Amino acid sequence: MSESVVAGTFPRGGELLKRHRLSTRIWHWVNAVTLFVMLLSGLMIFNAHPRLYWGEYGANPDTPWLKIGSARTGPGESGYLQLGGARIETTGVLGIWTDQDGNLQRRAFPYWATIPSRYSLAGARIWHLAFAWVLALGLLFYLLWSLVTRHLQRDIHITRAEWRPTHIWHDIKEHARLRFPTGAAALKYNVLQKIAYAGVLFVLLPLMILTGLAMSPGTDAWLPAASELFGGRQSARSVHFICAFLLVLFFLVHIAMVVLAGPFNEVRSMITGRYRLPPERSAPKETGQ
Amino acid sequence: MSRLILSRRTLIRAGAAGAGSLLLSGCDKLFENPTFRGTLESAEDLHQAAQRALGRDALAREFAASDMSPAFRANGSREVADPAYRRHFAQGFAEWSLRVDGLVDKPLTLPFTALKAFPQRTQITRHDCVEGWSAIGQWTGPRLGPILDLAGLRPQARYIVFHCADLYHGRPYYESIDLIDAFHPQTILAWGMNGKPLEEAHGAPLRLRVEKQLGYKHAKFVTRVEAVATLGGIHGGKGGYWEDNGAYAWYAGI
Repeated sequence: MSESVVAGTFPRGGELLKRHRLSTRIWHWVNAVTLFVMLLSGLMIFNAHPRLYWGEYGANPDTPWLKIGSARTGPGESGYLQLGGARIETTGVLGIWTDQDGNLQRRAFPYWATIPSRYSLAGARIWHLAFAWVLALGLLFYLLWSLVTRHLQRDIHITRAEWRPTHIWHDIKEHARLRFPTGAAALKYNVLQKIAYAGVLFVLLPLMILTGLAMSPGTDAWLPAASELFGGRQSARSVHFICAFLLVLFFLVHIAMVVLAGPFNEVRSMITGRYRLPPERSAPKETGQ
Repeated sequence: MSRLILSRRTLIRAGAAGAGSLLLSGCDKLFENPTFRGTLESAEDLHQAAQRALGRDALAREFAASDMSPAFRANGSREVADPAYRRHFAQGFAEWSLRVDGLVDKPLTLPFTALKAFPQRTQITRHDCVEGWSAIGQWTGPRLGPILDLAGLRPQARYIVFHCADLYHGRPYYESIDLIDAFHPQTILAWGMNGKPLEEAHGAPLRLRVEKQLGYKHAKFVTRVEAVATLGGIHGGKGGYWEDNGAYAWYAGI
């Protein structure tokens, strides 16, 4: 096993190097569990009132911009997702679906997408509001610690050169061709990775926490700015849902990238911290793969 | 070849579904474990401590008349079957009175004329239901604090319990708050809503407004206010209808 970078030597493809700090690895897996619980319990909470509004108030007499429901259609019944004036049929998945016992249920999200799997707003709130502390305190400590270890400044900070459109466009093209960085370049995050990670760390997760706080009537009394910032409590609830959706998108892309970049090596690097550097593309055939 | 792809796809799909349902049923199983569930539920104490530390005396936001919901959704019991209630309702609550008792020096029986002699407060606030919806309305009524002061709370009194005239799914509705919320300046016993006497669906003749907590704490059809030292022994013992019958949090500030 080769050692990590010795001063003055240059890491080469094929070497096993230290990549992720312990703090990053712990936070990653704690967050994986936390976001799983937060998302699925959140979908159950949404089931209690499957409508989203803009503004301060919003209830059944008011007009939602998003609604999941079910309606009689001819002889049968169908589930739908309503976005503004458009209706998308979602029978079997959203609005109307068959539960684990074979019974028809008229709830927004199905049993396989919620915690608990059987309808319980109280149960979902217990999960959601306990794990909210793990998410919020975890993010706070991780960001502070990453400032101390200079992880944010060194690895996440997007340099002026990286912000150049030509540089970003080059990385987009490389990703579209599934040509990922190799050799020493693979040790650093590329600009698309940096934008994705910074977006999650500094935009999506803080927005989730802030909009979550904005929905609490107790917090609203001492921190009214939280809901006012979004134009009201129901707007904050909508933003909470949109950000959760964007986090799911991040997760899907993240998983796709791990699979494409080599799942064994990537998962190992997030567990043990060690990462085998992909060989340089120009490397001679006998050392390449 | 196509059979191979099909079976591989089926395998992957079955594997993902299997892993997913295993995870979910694992969560359900974990939740049945009293220690695990108790740990999650203890976050309620953290919410209460944090909110009290950061905003114990903070006032809930109040809105302008132009911010009010055009229609205010009624929730929970919308009507009351109790014969005594029906009789009072028919009489326009002219003979009705509120009972204030429990751990007080001077139990009170307060008809409407007496309730309206207390300092009144009118506030336009947002009602946040635990389900996620909100409605903004205007509420008028006497502050709870001066009523409790007149009755004279004994030193042992820790909680204020609100007994209601309605049965919800066959069980009496009730709620409770602690003294910090009871004496909060916006905690009122509202008899008026949006400039008119409370409608039955909204809790006539009197409902609690405890503005920094969720909707289910705002007991409707209040007939009796009782000061107690402990919530154990009252109905299910957890301090409220939904706390007893649905595992909802007693502290509903979040």
